[in-house]
Amino acid sequence: MPAKEKFTLFHLINYTVFALITIICIFPFYYLFINTISNNDLSSRGLVMFYPKDLHFTNYLDVFRIPGLGHAALMSLSRTVLGTLLTVAASAFLGYLFTKPMWGRKFWYRFLVITMYFNAGLIPWYLTMLHLGLTNNFLAYILPFIVQPFFIILVKTFVESTPVALQESAQIDGAGYFKIFTSIILPLITPILATIAIFSSVTQWNSFTDTLFLITDQKLFTLQFILYRYMNEATSIAQLMKQSSGAMDMDLANMATPTSIRTTVSMVVVLPILLVYPFFQRFFVKGIMIGAVKG
Amino acid sequence: MNINHASKPVLNSAAAKKYQSKDKYQLFLMALPFLVLAFLFSYLPLYGWIYAFYDYRPGIPLSASEFMGLDWFTSMVSNEIQREEVLRVLRNTFAISSLHIATSVLPVIFAVFLVEIRSNRFKKIVQTLTTLPNFISWVLVYSFAFMLFSVDNGFLNNFLLDMGWISRPLNILASDDHTWMAMTLWSVWKGLGWGAIMYIAAITGIDQEIYEAARVDGAGRFRLMWHVTVPGIMPTFFVLLLLSIGNFINNGMEQFYVFQNAMNTNHIEVLDLYVYNIGMTNSNFGFATAVSMLKSLVSLFLLFIANSMSKVIRGESIF
Repeated sequence: MPAKEKFTLFHLINYTVFALITIICIFPFYYLFINTISNNDLSSRGLVMFYPKDLHFTNYLDVFRIPGLGHAALMSLSRTVLGTLLTVAASAFLGYLFTKPMWGRKFWYRFLVITMYFNAGLIPWYLTMLHLGLTNNFLAYILPFIVQPFFIILVKTFVESTPVALQESAQIDGAGYFKIFTSIILPLITPILATIAIFSSVTQWNSFTDTLFLITDQKLFTLQFILYRYMNEATSIAQLMKQSSGAMDMDLANMATPTSIRTTVSMVVVLPILLVYPFFQRFFVKGIMIGAVKG
Repeated sequence: MNINHASKPVLNSAAAKKYQSKDKYQLFLMALPFLVLAFLFSYLPLYGWIYAFYDYRPGIPLSASEFMGLDWFTSMVSNEIQREEVLRVLRNTFAISSLHIATSVLPVIFAVFLVEIRSNRFKKIVQTLTTLPNFISWVLVYSFAFMLFSVDNGFLNNFLLDMGWISRPLNILASDDHTWMAMTLWSVWKGLGWGAIMYIAAITGIDQEIYEAARVDGAGRFRLMWHVTVPGIMPTFFVLLLLSIGNFINNGMEQFYVFQNAMNTNHIEVLDLYVYNIGMTNSNFGFATAVSMLKSLVSLFLLFIANSMSKVIRGESIF
């Protein structure tokens, strides 16, 4: 676009429309936040609308007194960290292997890529998980996510674009395939691995249906699932907390309400994403450009 | 990648061949654990299609279950109640997918106009903030929806009542009047900024000289957009469009599951949610499997159609 141009009516409209779209996208996040730090009584009546009223942060302390929530946070965190590490490692290694003269390489590559385009359906999948013993099992959060064809394609394409001479010279020096992978390939492909790590961790953190389908053991509940339940049951939890804290020593305005619990738990769920988002934002633009259009 | 390529005499070819033939099995063994995982989670479930031919109840082994043959399939057509259910669910699926495809031009428009913004900082802020909703879960989206639109303390109702524009609160979440549209709007809210990223990348890739040339020829802003920018991103748009046709019958269930309630179920129940509701909630495994089996076959069929369309239109297949 030309650098010097008059600010015309077109620009005015264009800026205004984009400002509006941006506000619409971001307002729910802001609204959620100001409600968690405002007077709970006003907030539960919907009177906190554009700016916080009677600032306080006790909701964030209260919310961790909810039984099971801290544990759910730990579950979410561990599945995200462990799942992401294994997904990244597997994608990197397998993507690399598929650039080597492996036995039946073409066939096995197709074998993987085809799985992107079909699935057996929910019930057969559920019954398989049941028979594999993956219901009420932490591994259900990890194992199905490890091998992901799309990520493997990304790595394979990326490895193919790196200079072959590097690998050859290492081979002459006597390095085996694994050694070449760890000392030559891995450092070269970190940009694409960062992208995969981002996608994978967001998926893991946000995943909620696998808990819904496979888990009944409360010890394995994740934050997203707990949040979903609170969306429906927040009233009774607020009641529970009122009783357990005796209500006497509490400031009435900041006593836990269904609204305060819902909003605060929501904030706890979204906070990690808000915190890391600015850092990973520059990565995924590159990542999606590499892999987006053609698989 | 081939290490004994003729132009690269690293090892003499006989030695290389021997070296390789030993290695190709070793390489395969390294990949094997991952291939097993793929088999377990993607291929093994296909065996579960067998449940579509039995009257399976959880807890009773398949061998003790009654063999139904094609009864679950024929009852979709012959049993009047089931037929109506399936038709209703198909109607919802098709309506929501069509709206989804209709709104897939929005990210294109978004991208085309965003590159016209001159301030780089503003552009960056818009891009960052509009992409954010893509990274949150549907549960959280529902939580937002609840806070903004609930009857007694939602933002919208309070705002409209304050302004005196309405006299009674609107119950948007528990209303079946505009369910398809509401679901589409939520998808747009969540995906607009993210969807635009790829088009912005495509526009950045357009040769600046084409713009210069067109400008010399006297093309104005809108002509440049229409005759240079839009054709430049059409290939990307078509690939994505064809992919979404292949996915026409797969709406997923998360979004609809969280927004589902007693009031709107008539219009929100898409195929995936229906399979969940009859299979997991009502334990009707046989019928649910039959429905999802047909669904998988239809989507595979659609994918092939999309792929051959791609071959005809663009001379290139998408997979």
